[in-house]
Amino acid sequence: MSFSIYDFTSLTQSVDQALKNSLSPTWALIIEMVIVGLIFLMFYALLGLFLVYAERKICAFIQNRLGPNRVGPLGLFQTIADLIKLLMKELIYIKQADKLLFNLAPFIVIIASFMAIAAIPFAKGLHAIDLNIGIFYIMAVSSLGVVGILLAGWSSNSKYSLIGAMRSGAQIISYELSVGLSLLSIVIFSGTMQISGIVESQADAWWIIKGHIPAIIAFLIFLIASTAETNRGPFDLAEAESELTAGFHTEYSGIKFAFFFLAEYMNMFIVAAIATTVFLGGWMPFHIPGLLSFNTVMDYIPPVVWFMGKTAFIIFIMMWFKWTFPRLRIDQLLKLEWKYLLPLNLINILVIAFVVLMGWYLH
Amino acid sequence: MKSVLNYFKEIFSALRSLWGGMRVTGSYFLRPGQIVTQKYPENRKQLKMYDAFKGEVSMPHDENNQHKCTGCGICQINCPNGSIEVISKKITTEDGKTERIIDKHIYHLSMCTFCELCIKTCPSDALAWGQDFEHAVFNKSKLTKQLNQAGSTLKKVVKNNTPANDTIKANSNLENKQTNN
Repeated sequence: MSFSIYDFTSLTQSVDQALKNSLSPTWALIIEMVIVGLIFLMFYALLGLFLVYAERKICAFIQNRLGPNRVGPLGLFQTIADLIKLLMKELIYIKQADKLLFNLAPFIVIIASFMAIAAIPFAKGLHAIDLNIGIFYIMAVSSLGVVGILLAGWSSNSKYSLIGAMRSGAQIISYELSVGLSLLSIVIFSGTMQISGIVESQADAWWIIKGHIPAIIAFLIFLIASTAETNRGPFDLAEAESELTAGFHTEYSGIKFAFFFLAEYMNMFIVAAIATTVFLGGWMPFHIPGLLSFNTVMDYIPPVVWFMGKTAFIIFIMMWFKWTFPRLRIDQLLKLEWKYLLPLNLINILVIAFVVLMGWYLH
Repeated sequence: MKSVLNYFKEIFSALRSLWGGMRVTGSYFLRPGQIVTQKYPENRKQLKMYDAFKGEVSMPHDENNQHKCTGCGICQINCPNGSIEVISKKITTEDGKTERIIDKHIYHLSMCTFCELCIKTCPSDALAWGQDFEHAVFNKSKLTKQLNQAGSTLKKVVKNNTPANDTIKANSNLENKQTNN
């Protein structure tokens, strides 16, 4: 295929070989891990800053405002100024708080999103790990974040924090089901849980096109459920600033608060990246079967651009409905999941299994 | 069967109404021309505040440096937090009459809650809202202002002497006298 010019496998393998030739295998592995960790840290910092800026700008335009426009051109450096402010702020210690858990909680949240991002392929050969049960791994790891949120709420020893944390727990336990089942529908389509395998299976067309109606239903359910899982948008009951001041991170200040903030945006990115990988073809370019010249032109756009573009599109949709809909009540939230999303999802899975069995999808 | 149909009908109507909401916000997003934010320090010169804007209490003076304040002190009595002080003095006019006129109309902007009671109750319409809002100063004493300008005088309001008015006044005077008796 012509997109092999953008294949990163040989590059990563040559780096691996060079390290293994000059060092013992253990040291080579440690250095590789450090390199990958540093790259992801840089990526986190840059992307977190950019996403906060993008959110503020999109929210402003939706509300007929201008948004940040003072620091730097178009206000681009506003979030950097905010970060410097957050870094210099005092870390307030709560007298009645459980010190160890209180300090540990933000790290658990961040680590959970770090672990999830490791399995996401940015281009061919450009991912940290490619497990053969990648989807399962992502689902397992992304639900670890709620442990951090629950710990944060519990250890702060504050009623607002605890209520926020319990809401978050109820929410994630419910919506995890829908996320899992909607991802499972694509696992049925592609016949593999390996993420690189799922991306490869979309080389001719993306699953949302190949799988037509059931795949679109699964995609919509995934969008709704994953927004709820990241505590964002109309489902931000865990924070609910109008009722709970700031929910589970009420008592946090300075850089520890920034960790929660960063984790929220990174979780949004991860969720959008999973939706891209599973439903929109990951880094695969847009192909129309039969139009050869069109397909070759699309192949020359680098896969990283494809991946980031699709992810940005989904992030935009998530921000769009965050700034459109009002927050749900807890009973409405649970009703939506248990009475609507889950039954629909189960029926959808049955339909997909039948469609796959009969071969009624494009292939 | 009907409940199942209703279930799906509910889902589709919910989706349609959600899409309706997203279409509204999406159209705002795509039309940056509708942005209502004003870039304040840049547009300071051509900035025009709205008529209803309450910047500060002011006393309008005409081109002859004349105002309408008679120094009656009603605004001072009505002000709930004592931000107005009316200092009057007595002068003797040319024809030998003693008259009370305003010496200083002092307004403490730092205490004003912009309730508008002084402006509403002024019998001679001497006070009005000013449009100035750049009140930041380095010293609190600068927020105490004298509203009547130096050397200003009272504008003699020309009495409306139409005959109709006169008869009404005469009638009411008559009635008053009758009730008094």
